[in-house]
Amino acid sequence: MAALAESFGRGAMTNHWVDMKNSDVILVMGGNPAENHPVSMQWILKAKKERGAKLIVVDPKYTRTASQADLFIQIRPGTDIAFLGGLVKYIIDNELYFKDYIVNYTDAAFLVDPNFKDTEDLGGVFSGYDPKKKKYNKSTWKYQLDENGIPKKDPTLKDPNCVFQLLKKHFSRYTIDVVSEITGAPKEKILEAYKIYASTGKPNRVATECYAMGWTQHTVGTQNIRCMAIIQLLLGNIGMAGGGVNALRGESNVQGSTDMCLLFHILPGYLPMVRASHVDLKTYIKKTTPKSNDPKSLNWWKHRSKYIVSLLKAFWGDYATPENDFCFNYLPKLDDGKAYSWYDLFDAMYKGKIKGFFAWGQNPACSSANANKARQALSKLDWLVCVNLWDSETASFWKGPGMDPKKVKTEVFLLPAAASVEKEGSITNSGRWLQWRYKAVEPPGEARRDAEIVDELYKRIKALYEKEGGAFPDPIVKLNWNYGDGEVDTKLIAKEVNGYFTKDTTVKGKRFRKGQQVPNFVYLKDDGSTACGNWLYSGSYTEEGNMMARREKIDPTGLGMYPKWAWCWPVNRRVLYNRASVDLMGNPWDPERPVIKWNPSTKKWVGDVPDGPQPPLALGGVLPFIMKPTGVGTIFGKGRADGPFPTHYEPAESPFKNILYPKVRINPVARIFKDTPVDKLVLGGDPRFPYIATTYRVTEHWQTGLMTRNMPWLLELEPQVFVEMSKELAKEIGVKSGDKVIVTSPRGKIWAIAVVTERIKPLRIEGHTCHIVGIPWHYGWRWPEDGSGGDSVNLLTPPAHDPNTSIQETKCFAVNIKRA
Amino acid sequence: MGRKALLITPELCIGCRACQVACKSWNNLPAEKTKNNGTHENPPDLSGYTYVKIRFIEKEVKGEVKWLFVRQSCMHCGEPACVQVCPVGAMQKDPETGIVFYDKSICIGCQACRSACPFDVPRYDKEGKISKCYMCIDRVKAGLEPACAKTCPTGAIKFGERDELIAQAKAEGFKVLYGEKELGGLGVIFALNREPAYYNLVENPKAPEKVVALGEMLKILVAKGIPINNSIIKEFLS
Repeated sequence: MAALAESFGRGAMTNHWVDMKNSDVILVMGGNPAENHPVSMQWILKAKKERGAKLIVVDPKYTRTASQADLFIQIRPGTDIAFLGGLVKYIIDNELYFKDYIVNYTDAAFLVDPNFKDTEDLGGVFSGYDPKKKKYNKSTWKYQLDENGIPKKDPTLKDPNCVFQLLKKHFSRYTIDVVSEITGAPKEKILEAYKIYASTGKPNRVATECYAMGWTQHTVGTQNIRCMAIIQLLLGNIGMAGGGVNALRGESNVQGSTDMCLLFHILPGYLPMVRASHVDLKTYIKKTTPKSNDPKSLNWWKHRSKYIVSLLKAFWGDYATPENDFCFNYLPKLDDGKAYSWYDLFDAMYKGKIKGFFAWGQNPACSSANANKARQALSKLDWLVCVNLWDSETASFWKGPGMDPKKVKTEVFLLPAAASVEKEGSITNSGRWLQWRYKAVEPPGEARRDAEIVDELYKRIKALYEKEGGAFPDPIVKLNWNYGDGEVDTKLIAKEVNGYFTKDTTVKGKRFRKGQQVPNFVYLKDDGSTACGNWLYSGSYTEEGNMMARREKIDPTGLGMYPKWAWCWPVNRRVLYNRASVDLMGNPWDPERPVIKWNPSTKKWVGDVPDGPQPPLALGGVLPFIMKPTGVGTIFGKGRADGPFPTHYEPAESPFKNILYPKVRINPVARIFKDTPVDKLVLGGDPRFPYIATTYRVTEHWQTGLMTRNMPWLLELEPQVFVEMSKELAKEIGVKSGDKVIVTSPRGKIWAIAVVTERIKPLRIEGHTCHIVGIPWHYGWRWPEDGSGGDSVNLLTPPAHDPNTSIQETKCFAVNIKRA
Repeated sequence: MGRKALLITPELCIGCRACQVACKSWNNLPAEKTKNNGTHENPPDLSGYTYVKIRFIEKEVKGEVKWLFVRQSCMHCGEPACVQVCPVGAMQKDPETGIVFYDKSICIGCQACRSACPFDVPRYDKEGKISKCYMCIDRVKAGLEPACAKTCPTGAIKFGERDELIAQAKAEGFKVLYGEKELGGLGVIFALNREPAYYNLVENPKAPEKVVALGEMLKILVAKGIPINNSIIKEFLS
C-alpha cells in the first residue's frame, strides 16, 4: 500500500476483481490467485478465453495459478526487482512506452535536483545515505521548481536530469544476461515475458498485474511494487479498464480495516496519525496538508482540515468546538520519527515494556515472523485478552511447546466471538467495494459480536473513569458513543462513518438540516458543522439509504463495473485514476474499453464516476492523479525510505553476492531487529543453513489456519505442514516424498512432511546450485488437537523487515533440512 | 427433463477442491482422518464418505512442468454395468435424467457393482452399503444443480442438458469429448484438447464381458437365499 500511495496517490487496488476480464495480458507475480483468491480466477480465465489474453506467472514455484499460465517462469525468491528492472530497461531501450501518457500524466518529464545522485553514481546507494544511522537524508531527492513553484519539465524527455533519463540510467545495467544470472530464469523465457508484457504500451492493449504477500514480505517489499507501478505508468496501463496494479487483499475485509486505520501511522481515511510535534490542530493541518502551486493539480489532500475536523466531531460530538481545537489534544500522539509497527510492539513486549495486550482476531503465536520471540513476549505480559472463534496457539501460549506454565505470570482471557455470518455489517473487498452483509444465524453459546464486546468494554471503562477519575479521563468519558443502549446497532455506526450535519447549514448552495446524512465528502466542512467517521466512506450511507446494501446487477458500460451493486470508495468510482484513461480531449485511449468519456455537447463525463467533474485537461481540466500534489503518476518516488527508484538488493539471508552493486549487498536501510537474544539472523551465506525457504498459503487453509484447521473437511484436504522441494534436493538429502523431515533456521526448528515435486527446480546462481523449498504457514500446535498438523513455519522466519512498512521478510530466508 | 450431464473441463480446473467440500457439505459426509502422503491430493482414494475427488497429476511435457486437476467420481454411464449386475435392484438408473443412483435400504453389500464398474468407482459405507456420487439427484429433481457444479468458481464443472453441453463443448472447439460415446454415453463428459490417457482417464472403458451373466447368477443366488461374498464374484469374472 505504501508503494501504491507513493506512485498513484491511494493505497488500494487500482481496479477491481471483475475488471480482470478486460485485460490483454495478466502478470501474476508476487501472488497466487488460483490458490488464495480462487473466485477471481473466473475473470482471468474469461480474459484468456474471450480476449485471448496471455497469463504470465512468475514465482519461485509452479503454483495452481501457473497451471493456467501461457508462460511460467521460476525465479529465485527476492529477485523481483531484477526481473522487473530488466523489463523497464527493455521498454525504454525498445521505445515501447506510451509517450503521450508519460509526458502528460507522469513525472517522466520533470527535472530532478542536479545534486541527486543515483545508485549508478554511488555504487548502490542514493545521495544522502548515512551509513551510521542506516538512513537517508532525502534533501536531494526533489524536483527542480520554476519561479512559480511548479516542477520544471522537459517534454522531449531528453534532459539528463529529467526523471525519464534518470530512470533509464538507473536500470541501464539490468540486461537480460544480468537478470538471468540474478533470478536464475532462462534468458529466452525472460525475453518472451518482456515481449508479451511490453506489447501493452499501445493505447489499445492493456495489462494488469496481480500481487499479494509474495511482493510485500521482503526487505524490498515496497520497492517491488514501486517497480511494477513504474512499468504500468510507462505503458499507460493505469486508469484503464483491464489495467492497474492490483493488490489482491488476503482477507475479506483487510481493505476495510486499512481504510479504518488498522495501521499505526494513520487515522480513518488515511489521515496521517498525530505526532508529538503536532502541538495543536493548526500545526497538524499545516504540517500534513500538501501544497501545490500548479493550477492543473487538484491536490485533493488540500481538504485535509475538513476531514480531520469532521473526524474529531464524530469522535467527541458536542464537546468538540472551535474553542477547544475540536478536542484535537484528546487524540493519542506518536513520538516523532518512531515506528509502532507490529514488530515494534512485540519487541517492546519482549522487553517487558507492555503490560496488557488484546489479540483480537489475531494469532501472533503463529502469524508473527520469528514466532518464538512473539510467544516468549506474551509471557512478559500481565494480562492477555484473546477474542476469537476458537482457542488459539496465542490464547494457550502458556502451555505451548517449550513453555513451563508454572513460570508464566500472564493472566489470559479468551472471549468467544461471533463469526462473520453471525452479525450484520459491511465488508470492504479488495476492489474497494463495500458490501453489506446481513446476519444469517445467531452466534452460538456465549459468542458475541465484536461491536458488542467493544461497546460493553467502553461503557465499563467509562464508568470506572467517572467513578474513580484518572490521569486524563476526558478523551474517554466525553467520547460521542451512541450506538444503541442495549444491542449495538451496526447501522448507526455505518451512518456515523458516512457523516452527518451537526447543525442546519448551507454547503455549495444546498441547505441541510441538523442530523441529515452528508451526501458525500464534498460537503464536509472544517467549521464543526459536519461529523464524519471516515471521509473516504462518505456517500456509503446517505439520506437515500444504505448504498452498501444495493444489489442491482446492471452494467451500462459492459466493463463489469456494476455501479449499483454495493458501493465503492471513493464516491462509487470503480476504477481509480480513470482520468488517465482518456487523452487530453477526454477521448478514451482505447475506444473499445472506455472507462470514462467526455461528451462535448452535454459537457459531462459518461461512464464511471470520474476523478472530479472538471472537463478534460486540454479544455481547462485537471491532471488525473488528484491525490498527488503534482497531479501526475510518480516514477521518481521521493517519499520512500529506501530510494526514489527500486534497486536490486539481495534478501537479508541470501547467500549470494549482489552482482549489480558488490559493495551494497542488502537493502542498506532494511529494518533489522537485533536487540534481543532471540533476534537471530544470518547475514550472507552460512553453510549450516544452505537452502532458501519461502512461505506461502494454500487454498484449503486460511492465514494461521485457526478457522480452517478446525474445519474437518478442510483439514482432510491439507492435514499436515509440508515442505515442497525439488527431486534433486530430495535426492541430495536422501528424502522421499511423504517422509517426515526437520527444517531448521537460526531461529528454530519444525518438522514437516516432504512433498517432492517437479514444480520446484534447483536454480543455477552465480555458478552455484541454489535449492529452494516452500512451506505454508497455516499450521500450529493447538489444532488439530492430536498435534498431527505440526507447528508454524514462522518459528523459522527472520527478523528482517521492509524499511517503509516494517513487513517481515518471510518470502526468503535460510534453512537446513534433514530427515527426521 | 431430458438426460442430464456434468461437463468437466480440466483446463479450467484450478484444483481448489471446493467441489470436494461442497459434496461433503451437501451430503453431510464426515471428514476422513488423512495425512500428507507427499502430495496435495487427499483423501487418497474415493470412499464411502468421499464421492468426488480431484486427482493432482504432475507431468513434464517437453521440459515444461504441467499440473493437471482431473475429477474422479461416478461417470453415470448410459449403459451402467453396476445397474445390470446389481442382484437386488438397489442400483438404478433414473429413466428421466440418466442419473445412476441407489437405494441404500435394499443394498445387500455384495460389492458386485464395484467389480463391474469400468472406472472402479463404487465404494461402501461403514455398514457395507453402497455409497457413491448420485449427481445430487435430490437437488436436480428440485430444479437445482449438483452441489459440485454450484460451487465451482471457474466453470470447470458445468451441469445441464447433456445434448446442450455436448453441442456447446463442440462449438468451443474441444478436440476430444470423452464420454460422448463411451458406454452408451457417459453422464460425466470431459472436454479435452489431448488424448484421454494424458489426463489419466481410462481409454476405451469397458465393463467386464460377463457382467450380464454375473447379474443373472447373483439374482438366482439371492432368490435362493444363498449369501453372496465378494470372492464368488471375483472368481466368476476372472
